[in-house]
Amino acid sequence: MSDMVGIVIVSHSNDIAKGTADMVRQMVGSEVKVAFCGGDPDGGLGTNVGGIMDAINDAWSPKGVAILVDLGGAETNSEMAVEMLEPERRGLVVVCNAPIVEGAVMAATEAAGGSSLEQVRAVAEELSAG
Amino acid sequence: MTLQPDTFKSLVKEAAEQVIANAGELTALDQAIGDGDHGTNMRRGFQAVLAKLDTIGAQPLDEAVKMIGKTLVMTVGGASGPLYGSFFLAAGDALTHKRLPEDLAEVFGSGVAAVSARGRSQAGEKTMLDVLVPVLDILKTEAGRPDLIARVRATATEAVARTAPMQATKGRASFLGARSVGHIDPGAKSSCVLLCAVCSVLEARQ
Repeated sequence: MSDMVGIVIVSHSNDIAKGTADMVRQMVGSEVKVAFCGGDPDGGLGTNVGGIMDAINDAWSPKGVAILVDLGGAETNSEMAVEMLEPERRGLVVVCNAPIVEGAVMAATEAAGGSSLEQVRAVAEELSAG
Repeated sequence: MTLQPDTFKSLVKEAAEQVIANAGELTALDQAIGDGDHGTNMRRGFQAVLAKLDTIGAQPLDEAVKMIGKTLVMTVGGASGPLYGSFFLAAGDALTHKRLPEDLAEVFGSGVAAVSARGRSQAGEKTMLDVLVPVLDILKTEAGRPDLIARVRATATEAVARTAPMQATKGRASFLGARSVGHIDPGAKSSCVLLCAVCSVLEARQ
């Protein structure tokens, strides 16, 4: 389990984050660690740096963690969360420039095959390039 | 001007209270061109800062400023959290090796550079940088002038108004394209509220 890249889903909405994680688990299975964070610190729509850090640590793998985000604030807050991690973990987390649902499913599928963090990211980001 | 610990605490308190007092207006501005949460988010962040005011005030200045940054990062909940948080984290870092007031422009500049890097944005894109960058220019070029505080306030206030005709190319407002024109930017406004609060406290203590 620990030799697969972990996946973190960050949305402004807890429902979207949870729903995306459910879809990934159903389509890819449970061998890839998937964690999510949705909503602001009060439970409303928004983002939450502390919650994103927790999700990264929950999905942690020595091969790294790929984050999928919905809108700009989720990206900015995810980048901030990565910078606030322990120094040895920072370089092993990437924020993918990809649509959240398709990106999460593609990234998790790639991760399930044992691919590297860069391969996982590349597969997710191909969706945006198309 | 020297920055005594009680002055610093007053600055933080007034800045936080002014953000909270203006939260309704910030949200109304954000409803026009963003996602309508700027006031709510900033209020939550600065309420958390107020709750920690005694702890913040008891730290050395650089640590105190970083603590404000970290508090905003962890509590604001929108893009403005990392943006304002990065400003204070970088300014606090700079303060470790710099002195006030002589290095004020350099310390403020470190914060502005961090906002620019975090948002991958420059002045002219209808963001808080459209207030922060002109104020930084005044701090650089007019340092030491007796009317510096009044100049900072006037610059910040005029700079907010100048965001109205701009078209947003960064952040949620950029989704609106040309429809963002005609509204002032909520982030520029909150920067102005913070700067004006600082100016008021410093003027009262001159």
